[in-house]
Amino acid sequence: MPLYRISQWALIAPALVLVIALFMMPIAWFVGASLAELGSIDAIWSEAKSVLGSRAILGAIWTTNVIALVVTISALIIGYPLSYALSRAKGLAFSLILICIVVPYFTSVVVRTYAWMVILGRNGIVNQVLLSTGLINEPLNLMYNRLGVVIGMTYVLLPYMVLTLFGAMKAVDSRLLQAAEGMGARPLTIFAKVFLPLTLHGVMAGSLIVFILAIGFFITPALMGGTGDIMMATLIEREIEVSQNWPVAALMTIALLAITLTLYALYGRFADRSGERFV
Amino acid sequence: MMAGNSLRSWILQALVVLLCGGMLAPIAVVVVASFSGGGYLKFPPESLSLQWYFRFLGDARWLASLWNSFVIALMACVFSTAVGFLAAYAIARGAFAFRNAVVALLLMPLIVPHIVTAVAMYFLSARFGLVGFKPWIALAHSVVALPVVLIILQSTLKTIDPNLERAAMISGCSRAGVLRHVVLPLAMPGLISALLFSFLTSFDELLISLFLAGIRAETLPVRIWNSLLLEVEPTIAAVSSLLIAMTIVALVIEWTIRKMRSNELSTSH
Repeated sequence: MPLYRISQWALIAPALVLVIALFMMPIAWFVGASLAELGSIDAIWSEAKSVLGSRAILGAIWTTNVIALVVTISALIIGYPLSYALSRAKGLAFSLILICIVVPYFTSVVVRTYAWMVILGRNGIVNQVLLSTGLINEPLNLMYNRLGVVIGMTYVLLPYMVLTLFGAMKAVDSRLLQAAEGMGARPLTIFAKVFLPLTLHGVMAGSLIVFILAIGFFITPALMGGTGDIMMATLIEREIEVSQNWPVAALMTIALLAITLTLYALYGRFADRSGERFV
Repeated sequence: MMAGNSLRSWILQALVVLLCGGMLAPIAVVVVASFSGGGYLKFPPESLSLQWYFRFLGDARWLASLWNSFVIALMACVFSTAVGFLAAYAIARGAFAFRNAVVALLLMPLIVPHIVTAVAMYFLSARFGLVGFKPWIALAHSVVALPVVLIILQSTLKTIDPNLERAAMISGCSRAGVLRHVVLPLAMPGLISALLFSFLTSFDELLISLFLAGIRAETLPVRIWNSLLLEVEPTIAAVSSLLIAMTIVALVIEWTIRKMRSNELSTSH
């Protein structure tokens, strides 16, 4: 019935208007108008070539991808056993593990980053403990370098990995594992031949979501990184706040959006299979 | 899987306890440190005091930022939940053209790096003199809170039987009436969660506020950010603990509602 259709669109219209007017259009306008400043298509093209040829910017793109990759792998290594335990736990144990993941997940990113600054700082807890036990004579540099960025970002993004993996692991039929065990397979074999293959799409979805969020990350690298850890998001912010170079910021935005949206499309293919798609 | 191998399961359990501890430890550290009595943050604190809380509550600038965040988050959560409820209902019930494309578009603000969203909104706001205008910042926050609302309400609306709506319509209820008298009451637990978590999303949002707040509407995260860039002052530990407490309160409310609802369902059947 046509009346029904119209009311569907009427219901969804406010949300669509909000997202188009305050999200899609501003992004398109910002990119378009900033590039238009350059004048002609040729000028944009040569600016794009010089931006991509610049050491600082190429360096930032490289750094961003390296950090995002290391963070993704770390989150996977820590998240996989955690998620496995969550998917097999019941009752109180399940609630306790879930609390340990959900409380940080919903806590402000600034607060979580600050927590790691308190722990890893020059006068931080780790250094205080190591100094007082006499294991070291002067404070270690655990922050304002890549190590600090990777620790902070892994902590912030870990819940996304665990919750995505959880969806895939919960869907595994435990009778399959019992059958393998009944036929004499050893635990490691069961894991490698049955459990891992069945959760691999979750691994892909979780890794992609963490990587996507990591390449666009701003807060943690800006607070915990050193001068050598400038990531793409930080660079965009600086081009605007410091240099007021809108065309370069627009070109960087295009690059960042291109990577993000391509990987998001890929993520959709894996996440839809696990059914528990929450982004 | 590990039934016959107690050592292996013991190792796994120890690992899980360790990892769970690691997840909570940073948050616990901040809360404990916020009560420290010394002149700077020491862990564990040598003496306990509430001095950093008093310093926070006695500082007009901190309090102003708390108030700004509260006002903005309140507007943003009401607006995004209202708009999101209508959209989530249409998405849950409708098989309309471009449904998947519409959903993907509405969830996009969650995926697109916040720096891009913030810069683009700043570009727009600066031209219309909207920087520092609180209702405008709330509207901007609604864009990133909307996906949170949609995800929560989608799963709630899925549990409501469409036959109840059909029954109401056959009995002569209008579509708007069905929405108000059938769907809205049944979706209430989900609506409360949506309000809570969109409030938190806006209250904790940093990047959009950083660009849009100006001096007039400095929010709490922006104030923390500005102070973190200069030095790690212990007042931030107290502010952070308040934010952590807020998160935990929201989660407890959400858990209580869900518990009440599942009890209701199990007794009514």
